[in-house]
Amino acid sequence: MAIYSKEEAQKLLKKVLAYSKADECEVSLSGDASGNIRYALNAVSTAGDISTLSLAVSSTYGKKSGTATINEFDDASLEKVVRRSEELAQLAPENPEYMPLPGPQEFKDAITYVPATAAMTPDTRAVAVATSIKVAEDAKLEAAGFLENSTSFYAILNSKGMFAYNTDTNVNFTITMRNAQGTGSGYAARGYNDIGKLDTYSATKIAAQKATGSVDAKALEPGKYTVILEPVAATYMMENMFRSLDARSADEGRSFMSKPGGGNRIVDRLMDEKVTIYSDPFHPELPAATWSRDGIPLEKMNWIEKGVVKNLSYSRFWAQKKNVQPVPFPSNIIMEGGDASLEDLIKSTEKGILVSRLWYIRMVDPQTLLLTGLTRDGTFYIENGQIKFPVKNFRFNESPVIMLNNVEALGKPERSISVESYRSYLVPPMKIRDFTFTSLSDAV
Amino acid sequence: MAGMSLGSIIIPGRALLGNPVPLDRPWFYDDVSKKKEMADVALNSARSKGATYTDVRIGRYLNQFVVTREDKVENIVNTESYGIGIRVLANGSWGFAATDKMDRDSIAKAAELAVAIAKENSRLLSEPVQLAPQKGYGEVSWKTPIKKNAFDVPIKEKADLLLSVNDAAMKGGANYVNSILFLVNEQKYFASSDGSYIDQDVHRIWPTFTITKIDEKSGKFETRDALSSPVGRGYEYVIPNAADKIKTPQATLYKNSYDMLEDAREGTRQVIEKMAAKSVEPGKYDLVLDPTNLYLTIHESVGHPSELDRVLGYEANYAGTSFLTLDKWKSGKFNFGSKLVNIKADKTEVGTLGAVGYDDEGVGTKQWDIIKDGILVNYQVIRDQAHILGLKESQGCCYADNWSSVQFQRMPNISLQPGTQKMSPQDIIKNVEKGIYIIGNSSYSIDQQRYNFQFSGQMFYEIKNGKIVGMLKDVAYQANTQEFWNACSAIADKSDYRSGGSFFDGKGQPGQVSAVSHGSSTARFNGINVINTARKI
Repeated sequence: MAIYSKEEAQKLLKKVLAYSKADECEVSLSGDASGNIRYALNAVSTAGDISTLSLAVSSTYGKKSGTATINEFDDASLEKVVRRSEELAQLAPENPEYMPLPGPQEFKDAITYVPATAAMTPDTRAVAVATSIKVAEDAKLEAAGFLENSTSFYAILNSKGMFAYNTDTNVNFTITMRNAQGTGSGYAARGYNDIGKLDTYSATKIAAQKATGSVDAKALEPGKYTVILEPVAATYMMENMFRSLDARSADEGRSFMSKPGGGNRIVDRLMDEKVTIYSDPFHPELPAATWSRDGIPLEKMNWIEKGVVKNLSYSRFWAQKKNVQPVPFPSNIIMEGGDASLEDLIKSTEKGILVSRLWYIRMVDPQTLLLTGLTRDGTFYIENGQIKFPVKNFRFNESPVIMLNNVEALGKPERSISVESYRSYLVPPMKIRDFTFTSLSDAV
Repeated sequence: MAGMSLGSIIIPGRALLGNPVPLDRPWFYDDVSKKKEMADVALNSARSKGATYTDVRIGRYLNQFVVTREDKVENIVNTESYGIGIRVLANGSWGFAATDKMDRDSIAKAAELAVAIAKENSRLLSEPVQLAPQKGYGEVSWKTPIKKNAFDVPIKEKADLLLSVNDAAMKGGANYVNSILFLVNEQKYFASSDGSYIDQDVHRIWPTFTITKIDEKSGKFETRDALSSPVGRGYEYVIPNAADKIKTPQATLYKNSYDMLEDAREGTRQVIEKMAAKSVEPGKYDLVLDPTNLYLTIHESVGHPSELDRVLGYEANYAGTSFLTLDKWKSGKFNFGSKLVNIKADKTEVGTLGAVGYDDEGVGTKQWDIIKDGILVNYQVIRDQAHILGLKESQGCCYADNWSSVQFQRMPNISLQPGTQKMSPQDIIKNVEKGIYIIGNSSYSIDQQRYNFQFSGQMFYEIKNGKIVGMLKDVAYQANTQEFWNACSAIADKSDYRSGGSFFDGKGQPGQVSAVSHGSSTARFNGINVINTARKI
């Protein structure tokens, strides 16, 4: 049984805490029960159910801390992991940045758990995948895909009496369709808390359409183009930036949020006024955890409001040093958009490139958040509001900050997943001018 | 590779048949005879239910992290995970189950479940799994040839090392420094119905840092990462040894051991120099790439495209496919690189991350050619892929990152062989008219078929008429894999040969990580496109 109820988790954590001899102790228990099915060349290649449960203990003497984890739960192992963390703490030098553990807190319940997703079985996964493979066979294409659902929980108890518990469900589906000649490729990705929202048939149809449509791609010269990024491409492009919304690194002068002359860019206008980025753990389309791992309740929080930097996250230590309230790192990210559909954005474009997906994005320069990566699985030339022909994939070198200064239009936000972290975001399709492509790729 | 069906299931629980947990020792080894007893329970249970082949992996996976910044130890963490994974062939199909319940009944049930899953999966088979034969080794063992177990070194000694490194950087003028020591110990016991009982004790270590220099007025900053590498060694790696140092006018470079303190001092000088370096003029340059840079280019542009499962399409939905298609290999003429380019796959080289005695399906490890005199001659395969290339045995490339993960084809060490003519990096540089000498790795990106890549580095030195004339910044190089390797015009000799590597090579869905090394000597590549990466926001 990997998924403990709130009461079961609290009972075990109390038992572990009873072994503690340290000045302060925090114990956390995490469990994950997931099932997956993977397929390639129109046949299932792997399938499985995985359950894991892990206990972490952090002990502190004065300002000396140590952490140990274990996945064995007999009494001797529970005591061992506590002693091991205490031994590490006693051997550790003092950390002047250590913050005393928080006392009891009130946390609202999250809306992240959907029983139907938790109840998925190998059979329901197999049916969803069979639907996808049928689309591939009918279209004479080769499907490679992955469907995974998970139920997770995370619980913390500390020696000051703070207890927090959250459980959530998630289902992700990714599908790549290719033709047998290897000259066309398409992709779709979907992620939800609720399995009821997942339609593997329509996602596979979109991937198939892109695979067929991307055959015989023409080479365009690299350079600056107006691009329309579909949500899955825009999400991946912005994920690095979302992770860098931190006050300390900005104040220390080593972030794109650092201000010349010192300090950070809160209150500065950094992006186009169409850009508003916020977090809200209670958003019905993207529910998330309601407390942070350092024991602070999470509420709605604006990060970028009409292009202006409104907030950065402050750890408890950094907040105390700067004499401000701690701002926890968020549990979700949402970007506002408009009402336009992807088709509307295409129709309003005189000349441009539709980017279905981006791939292998890596940081080139943290100073400017310059990123490099490539287009993949369906890149198309747009002229006079219509898709004219597929084009060969490009490598880009572009910063999401520059990109969000060059916003022409935003469409309707939709739930999308990062193709690297598999985290879900709520992000609109976006039309961007002067997006920088630096070379061509032969990859399909 | 029709017929590679797998299933897996994991059941958590409590230990009964394992060793009683000693409280007085931070680390211990489970008794081998107990592990054999547990493995036999699984082997017998699977056979009785109809498995035609079974392998069992009992694993205890230990990690330790010591994390510091400036004069503070931020975190000290030990992690541990223990359990058993059982893989079977039944009705021609794979099944897999894993559990952390280590009692006799739970192990037997997990084995039964693996057989049931295999039988279920066999309904979806178009062709049964063809497993290359493998002789049983009996009861054998292998251990990373470490001199000093890093887990036995007192925490204080490790923390003091990192704090002394940080102190050196701060005294040298750095604004910030982060350093970390990362230790890995995989205690793996493998048993199979072929008659192997293999006990392995695998050790890895990675000391690293990032030094940051800031100009508050302009808001500019630069960083310099350590020139160390993650390695398959013990604590002896961080004990400096003059014989392992290569001193060049630009930097000290390291072979089998690493002087972290010295590198921090030099790195601090270099990051300050980077602040004032000239921004590169984009264009074509002859690149002279140090092994600390070239290893990552080898990993991405040679290692990944020669994985047979990618070539066949099994990774299409995640990591991608490969431009090294079977027709190119079959032709025997595919010009991957210039005649100087010889690239070997290897699972045996001492000190590397890929070195083990046996892989995770009980195959003794070895070395083989991937690129011979510039021609593609082979791939990386495991037991159920060998027949596709007409091979009679596996190349021993199977790995799982945990007892709970199913093993699959992972990259062995892939290394560029040194030049046969006596040649030093300085000999290479003196023949370059317009070039850049690059040390250390940074940004990396490559497309899903491994044609187009872009890499950056830690330090860039401009070469004019055979001489290094100063430092550059904002440099990244872009190339097509085949054009790049055909532009290889010089490789330094074996006295310059060094390995770099990664702890975190990602592959598969669900994702698994693997540790792998790539060796080379300094090499020259003519006429490579360099871009300028400076921007304003």
